[in-house]
Amino acid sequence: MLLLECPYCGVKAEETELTAGGEAHLKRFGPGSSGEEFEAYMFARKNPKGVHFERWRHAYGCGKWFLAARCTATLEVFGTYPAQTTEPPADLVEKIKAKRPDWKGTK
Amino acid sequence: MKRYSVFAIAREALRYHQGWERAWRSPAPKAAYDAIIVGAGGHGLATAYYLGKNFGITNVAVIEKGWLGGGNTGRNTTIIRSNYLQDPSAAIYNKALSLYEDLSQDLNYNVMFSPRGLLMLAQTHHEVRGYLRTVHANNLQGVKTEWIGPERVKELVPIINIDGPRYPVLGALYQARGGTARHDAVAWGYARACSAMGMDILQQTEVTGVRSENGQVTGVETSRGFIGCKKLGMVVAGHSGQLAEMAGFRLPVESLALQALVSEPIKPCMDVVVMANTVHGYMSQSDKGEMVIGGGTDGFNNFTQRGSFHHIEETLRALVETFPMISRLKMLRQWGGIVDMTGDRSPIISKTPLGNCFINCGWGTGGFKAIPGSGWAMAELMAKGEPGPLAAEFNMWRFREGQFIDESVAAGVAH
Ligand SMILES: Cc1cc2nc3c(=O)[nH]c(=O)nc-3n(C[C@H](O)[C@H](O)[C@H](O)COP(=O)(O)OP(=O)(O)OC[C@H]3O[C@@H](n4cnc5c(N)ncnc54)[C@H](O)[C@@H]3O)c2cc1C
Ligand SMILES: [Zn+2]
Repeated sequence: MLLLECPYCGVKAEETELTAGGEAHLKRFGPGSSGEEFEAYMFARKNPKGVHFERWRHAYGCGKWFLAARCTATLEVFGTYPAQTTEPPADLVEKIKAKRPDWKGTK
Repeated sequence: MKRYSVFAIAREALRYHQGWERAWRSPAPKAAYDAIIVGAGGHGLATAYYLGKNFGITNVAVIEKGWLGGGNTGRNTTIIRSNYLQDPSAAIYNKALSLYEDLSQDLNYNVMFSPRGLLMLAQTHHEVRGYLRTVHANNLQGVKTEWIGPERVKELVPIINIDGPRYPVLGALYQARGGTARHDAVAWGYARACSAMGMDILQQTEVTGVRSENGQVTGVETSRGFIGCKKLGMVVAGHSGQLAEMAGFRLPVESLALQALVSEPIKPCMDVVVMANTVHGYMSQSDKGEMVIGGGTDGFNNFTQRGSFHHIEETLRALVETFPMISRLKMLRQWGGIVDMTGDRSPIISKTPLGNCFINCGWGTGGFKAIPGSGWAMAELMAKGEPGPLAAEFNMWRFREGQFIDESVAAGVAH
């Protein structure tokens, strides 16, 4: 069972309370972008076997979107943080690096 | 390879079954091959088989990190059908269905293909319209399907409850040629035939890197050392993204868990396959008597081959309403597989940015039924270096061009 702590209301929510929203920190492309940019934004998602940053919504709680760092190979959750950011918080990145020395970073 | 036949059984019966040979060899890797296929699931093995059979290319290795058929091929619910909406899908799935029909003879291996008929229930008016559209499309494609009313559904499936309170059965899309086959046997049959042609199936050998020079693959790094090749085919389903990354490109694919489960065996009670897409569940009965049950994928990226419990609960809740008699059945086993989902829910059979490297993936929740057709098309692509008519539209660049083969509407559920 996946448990994620909502950074807004502090509830440790079980996954039936949440909706998964896919890759976090996407750079959005709109009209005028090239085919490649649009394809990358729309379809070429990161699909790592390991550390992944994702959007989740506390659907049956406060209703807000937040972000989470999770390992797709073990389902370990490293931490959650508010959605109003373009990159993961530095302390979370450090924590992940300590746990996963082989991790190649967020890019 | 000694052929299996009624005479072989009689001969072995007279000598205490001492004469059966191993179905395939377990050789040591050679230094290099003309072609390497990564992934000994159904699609990888079928690709190797048709490379040999249709193009005479037999200096081939199929490299598998676990045991052959241990991926999604050995984990699926074995539904076979070809009633898709779009023309390119109809072509490849129907090719696969036709090949399945005499696969046992072709491989000299009983894959237990059972064309018992398949129903896709319509339980909302929206679905009724959707399936009527599919029936019309299928008829234009030469794929025989028909629309049947609730009374006929009840005749075909006596255990069904057609007037459930929330989702009554309003009719169904019926494909009489659809059905099931024995999943392991499909992998084993292809493996045996490949081995008999002199191909090497290297199990317990993980590909850990792809070596390339000037845009051409020269071979793969594996847990048993470097193995060279002139052509590389990647056919690894849920791990396609990882293989592509080793080769230096990214695929429009995400990996999710899909689960299935079987009940305790009971007496024969349902001799067709029933899919209920609105409520997200489907069921058939295996030859052993177990009810084989599946539903939708989980919502988040996952490589653990383990899914979330609440998805099973949802699937069973839906099926209990549709088939009230299963409410007291005990479930025996549950498992998960990692499926490779594309944006339009159609597969990729494609050239890649590397000249002699080809990819076959994205079959997601529904690729068992496609195994022979996919192998046929992939073998043609690898042998000629260019896709034939079956594969052309399934190239990996269609997402950039917006040329989707949109099946997410036609097949709302996993299967
Ligand atoms: C629960 C479930 C139910 C399903 N039900 C149906 C159904 O009813 N009908 C239907 O048509 N389809 C169904 N499917 C989908 C179907 O199972 C798949 O589309 C199909 O089996 C994919 O076959 P494959 O050969 O591509 O992949 P797989 O059988 O997964 O084979 C890929 C192989 O690649 C190997 N591999 C991965 N990485 C490496 C590496 N680095 N080095 C070496 N080897 C590697 C894996 O170990 C694996 O054996 C279902 C799937 C699941 C999970
Ligand atoms: Zn909350």
